[in-house]
Amino acid sequence: MSGWNPLAPLPAVERWTPLAKVSAAAGVALLVLLALGPLILNANLLDKLTTLFIYVILALMWNALAGYGGLVSIGQQAFFGLGAYGAIRLADAGVNVYLSLVASALLVGLVAQPVSAFMLRLKAGEFAIGMWVLAELAHLLVNLDKLVQGETGTSLIALTAYQADSRRATIYWLALAAMAVLSGIVFALLRSRTGAAIQAIRDDEEAAAAVGVRVLGTKRIIFILAATGTAMAGALWLATAISFQPKTYFGVQWTAYMIFMVLVGGLGTFEGPLLGAVIFFTIEAWFGGSGVWYLVGLGGTALAFSLLLPRGIWGAVERRLSLRLLPVGYHLKVPLGIPESNMTEGASGQAPSAVAEIPPVER
Amino acid sequence: MIWVNQIVQGLLLGGYYALIACGLSFMYGVMRIINIAHGSFAILAAFALWELSSRFAISPFAGLAAILPLLAMVGWILQRAVLDRSARGGTLVPILSTFGLAIMIDNLLFQQFGADTRSLAPYLDTLSYDSWSLTDDIYIGKLAAMIFAAAVVLLGGLQLFLGHTQLGRSIRATAADPDTVGLIGVNAKRVNAAAAAIAMVTVGVAGAFLAMRATFNPYAGPLQLIFAFEAAVIGGAGSLWGTLGGGIVLGVAQSIGAQIDPQGFLIAGHLVFFVVLFARLYAGNGGFAGAMRNLRRRLV
Repeated sequence: MSGWNPLAPLPAVERWTPLAKVSAAAGVALLVLLALGPLILNANLLDKLTTLFIYVILALMWNALAGYGGLVSIGQQAFFGLGAYGAIRLADAGVNVYLSLVASALLVGLVAQPVSAFMLRLKAGEFAIGMWVLAELAHLLVNLDKLVQGETGTSLIALTAYQADSRRATIYWLALAAMAVLSGIVFALLRSRTGAAIQAIRDDEEAAAAVGVRVLGTKRIIFILAATGTAMAGALWLATAISFQPKTYFGVQWTAYMIFMVLVGGLGTFEGPLLGAVIFFTIEAWFGGSGVWYLVGLGGTALAFSLLLPRGIWGAVERRLSLRLLPVGYHLKVPLGIPESNMTEGASGQAPSAVAEIPPVER
Repeated sequence: MIWVNQIVQGLLLGGYYALIACGLSFMYGVMRIINIAHGSFAILAAFALWELSSRFAISPFAGLAAILPLLAMVGWILQRAVLDRSARGGTLVPILSTFGLAIMIDNLLFQQFGADTRSLAPYLDTLSYDSWSLTDDIYIGKLAAMIFAAAVVLLGGLQLFLGHTQLGRSIRATAADPDTVGLIGVNAKRVNAAAAAIAMVTVGVAGAFLAMRATFNPYAGPLQLIFAFEAAVIGGAGSLWGTLGGGIVLGVAQSIGAQIDPQGFLIAGHLVFFVVLFARLYAGNGGFAGAMRNLRRRLV
């Protein structure tokens, strides 16, 4: 390092960029505003927003699993269905119906614990389809329950004890809270020590293991979180639909939606799944009525994105503009006038600029 | 006696599972890729044959001979256009791209053919119900025996092909190390495309037999993928003869399950899959073939 000048200002690591501060504040403000929803919005809009919140949860959870944990699962409908089924069972046993929604999700998370020990030993494609088999098995076993009556299904009757308006508002708040809490957990997790491990595993599992990251333990945390969150989404969906037919809840289309949202939004980014959920919600509102062609379009879009833009819209935006709204990574701020040899390897190739931002993860 | 019959039928059913699994197992062995659209392509082939039989009165066997070259082309194109490209993005991207493809195929078939359940059995004359009776209770369907024989021939043929032909050796070399084969003049991309073409031919054969022995509809693909996957994993993915063993284990488990309870067919299949997986993960490697080896080692 011949040209190194010890008096030159050193590059600083920055997490809360000004933009991140603004957008995080905007996010919190938006949540507060949304919390006022039932006081100002009409019933139709409330229902739509509740659906959107559930989509956001699904996308967030699948992204945590695949984008950060490197675990592509085609069987997340197992947890979605079990979340709904658990709520039916708990409510039938006399638990308060709203409480049973949350309790069911937590119970599914508990069940996911031993499941993870087993399933996480499978690799890539084996894990993906193994999870699908698990979902099929869960579906068949739930069908055997006398309460469910096979594919005929049953309903969350206990919910009808509440008045329609208060029910709608409560479910809305519950969905909003679940979305906020789960994204908070993902956010906190990514910023923690575990977050660094998670992103290391995402980029190169073997290299991460080599530098001492506990790969399996870290993956288990994500797997259980994703199972719990997806089960919460399933329970909330049940609360909005009331009727429970196993086929609708254990259908692989749920995972197809998750994959669509995450792939289009941006796999492995925090903001991507949020964007993807909004896009999916909009597309569904426009084209959902066109039935089969709509599904063909979803499949085609997923195929096109995985081939042409595997990091999704947000991934592309992020790379071009080095734009990060939420501070889950680190930015390297290189002061102006610093000799090139003082910069880190990644920055030295870039055009001279006041602030050279290095994406936290080079790909 | 009813149990013996169930086991015999399950064994024969295992022939079909070996057929549908061998392409999946082969692809996994060569390229480490699991094609999620595997089952959907089998159903696509089934619909193509049904179209030929019902509209042009072409026998399903003649139809199969006609569409196999087309399927080989489809496999080649699939490899070059989708799998090759997505494999560059890592091991997870092919799962996503082929899942998208499966959704497209299933729904396009639904758009074209509707929800009706169909079968090729009406176009087979007496073959669909002809059988030999072994005892008063045990019958062996001629079609089922034929499917089993086809599985043995196909798996044996693949084995011979891999061991004794230039292309077969190239495929094995590419599977072992795709980067190094380039140094000795093997075009890995072309070899993989050839392997995908071969796999798609086996998918076509499996789809044809599925359509002959049972019914199918546009959304039957994913379940066929699951059966193929279960048979391949039980047998030890990548091992061809293991696949036959895996198919038989799956078929026997399912038909015993069906005898216990009407819902038991699928449940028993999934359960045996998880039991074998569990045993493999905790007791040793190599699936069915490996378990047999371990067993032999322990006995001798």
